Amino acid sequence: MVKKKIVIVDYGASNLKSVLNAVKYLRGEAIVSQDPDVVAEADKIILPGVGNFSTIAYNLRELELDEAIKEVICEGKPFLGICLGMQVLFDESEEYIKEKGLGIFKGRSIRFRGKVKVPQIGWNQVKISNKKSPLFKGIEDKSFAYFVHSYYVFTKEKDIVAATTNYGIDYCSAVSCNNIFATQFHLEKSGELGLKMLKNFLQM
Amino acid sequence: MLAKRIIPCLDCDLSVAGGRVVKGIKFKEIKCAGVPWELAETYYNEGADEICFLDITASAERRETMIKVIEKTAENVFIPLTVGGGIKSVDDAQKVFKAGADKITLNTAAIKNPKLICEIAKVFGNQAIVVAIDAKKRIDATGKKFWEASIYGGREFTGINVIDWAKMVESLGAGEILLTSMDKDGTKEGFDLELTKAVSEAVKIPIIASGGAGDRKSFYDVLTEGKADAALAASIFHFGEYSSEQIKEYLKDRGVKVRI
Repeated sequence: MVKKKIVIVDYGASNLKSVLNAVKYLRGEAIVSQDPDVVAEADKIILPGVGNFSTIAYNLRELELDEAIKEVICEGKPFLGICLGMQVLFDESEEYIKEKGLGIFKGRSIRFRGKVKVPQIGWNQVKISNKKSPLFKGIEDKSFAYFVHSYYVFTKEKDIVAATTNYGIDYCSAVSCNNIFATQFHLEKSGELGLKMLKNFLQM
Repeated sequence: MLAKRIIPCLDCDLSVAGGRVVKGIKFKEIKCAGVPWELAETYYNEGADEICFLDITASAERRETMIKVIEKTAENVFIPLTVGGGIKSVDDAQKVFKAGADKITLNTAAIKNPKLICEIAKVFGNQAIVVAIDAKKRIDATGKKFWEASIYGGREFTGINVIDWAKMVESLGAGEILLTSMDKDGTKEGFDLELTKAVSEAVKIPIIASGGAGDRKSFYDVLTEGKADAALAASIFHFGEYSSEQIKEYLKDRGVKVRI
């Protein structure tokens, strides 16, 4: 069997090492690249994100990675977005309105409001709403995952929401739609839970 | 709702080849506890929510050893790693993040150069900066109690009021505060609840309480009465008294939200 080529997309501002370490730990093989041709030819892509929305959106466009990612997604190959890598799948973010996301789903990121501390830093529960999603195979409902973020995705596309989390309000903390998967929490920092979900993705 | 966190702390002496985890008592006497990445992996498997490395040697030539410790740890430990000790610039911070750290702690460098907090926050985000404050209880001329911030691992006092400093680091962009009671550190008498509560109520960012962890009740007390968001400890983990999991089970039974 030919091994599937997994590419971790490097848009130049994110710490990819933890994700790469986690893939290696699970005995997967991945390459890190910011070359749109390499990304376009991948069998599977992971888009991790740390930092702010304008950087990821701007850099993806400047490096011509946006089209490469869309191409892979259109071909039906598995895509996994993490944190900002999930937010950028949507139209835009309140964090920086001038820069647009990939627009694959309708929705926007908005800032946590009210009494909660911002950013949310720490372990919170993931309530699975799409138990059939292969990403959540074998995952117990309401498991704890590690979150670090100030903005969350608001979408009216209810059928793509695979899990929700409560932080002042219930918000979308994971997306699952055909070959597109994404989590707001950091799979690479969520201990056993994160590794199991990443393994699910690697086995797709 | 966010879970309260339990964080094992590994004080590292990097003057030994490969580095050694050591433990001081009241910031002095040192006992040896083990190899940094091995201990970190053990604590990760025993339910720690985060791991904290503090380089207590913190001099330039040992920096490379710390990078290796982080790299080795990050290969097998998949929870957040916080690293501190001797970070003086954005460049120092960059190297530590690149090796696999998720957050850095600043203490002396932040007091000497408060702008460093915003500079690092701007590049890596607020969530990546933890300001460590070492607090010593004092009585002022009017007989009023206050806490004074200390630097250089407790060797020098600054005259700065801990509450004022906590508010300032919050406004400068710190994401969390690691608050150590010098009076309680290493005593196992329990955390300084008064200090922790006072700082926790003065700021809106999360407080990690440190110094004085003893029995499991001491964790319960600081996470409830002390209003801390997380509790950090060293020797009770190093010498096998309790695992993070045992502490969290105790907390869960008493209604504290924890990740188990």
